[in-house]
Amino acid sequence: MYTVSAVLGVGLAAAVDLLVLRTNLLRHKAFWTSYAIIAFFQLVTNGLLTGIPIVRYDPDGILGWHLVFAPVEDLLFGFAMVVVTLSTWVRLGARAPRRAAR
Amino acid sequence: MSHVAYLLILVACLLGTAPLELVLHVGVYAQWRRLALTLLTVVIGFGTWDVWSIHRGLWNYDGHYLVGITLPGRLPLEELLLFLVIPACAVLTYEAVLARRPDWRA
Repeated sequence: MYTVSAVLGVGLAAAVDLLVLRTNLLRHKAFWTSYAIIAFFQLVTNGLLTGIPIVRYDPDGILGWHLVFAPVEDLLFGFAMVVVTLSTWVRLGARAPRRAAR
Repeated sequence: MSHVAYLLILVACLLGTAPLELVLHVGVYAQWRRLALTLLTVVIGFGTWDVWSIHRGLWNYDGHYLVGITLPGRLPLEELLLFLVIPACAVLTYEAVLARRPDWRA
């Protein structure tokens, strides 16, 4: 169900940041400040997608708790996406100068 | 008109964040190779999650609000674009925060 996969997704994303790519964004103020801004706009877009509704959810796959029309699971999905995105972005950026120095 | 509803939301996200590149000069689109690799990672990971969820029947899309192009795995084109647009917006936001607070760079 969506609830389980969303929680697993957040766990995997955190593992990518802290253990795999070791970008440790989850320990930095820059990440959480950015996420606060992104989360606000995610609530708007998720609200539109589920409020119109462009996306429809199986009621048996979610807890049934909603935030601006969207199931809370969407917030977790979006959070995992932001963590993986920024971790990958930061890791790719850290490599470039080292290569240039060689 | 309603068929472009999802597409319009994505366009609004791109337009809303464009000033970060054009006015704040965060240089995210300028680093297009780095951005492309980042987006590819997200598309593969989260696209797979999406296709699996559609397959399991966890969610579906109302064709009334879609342009009507469906990709393998019954993924609407707009949903693939979402995995390009939202990460790009996220990176732009992150770089904009760092532009204002350079001492926060990890």
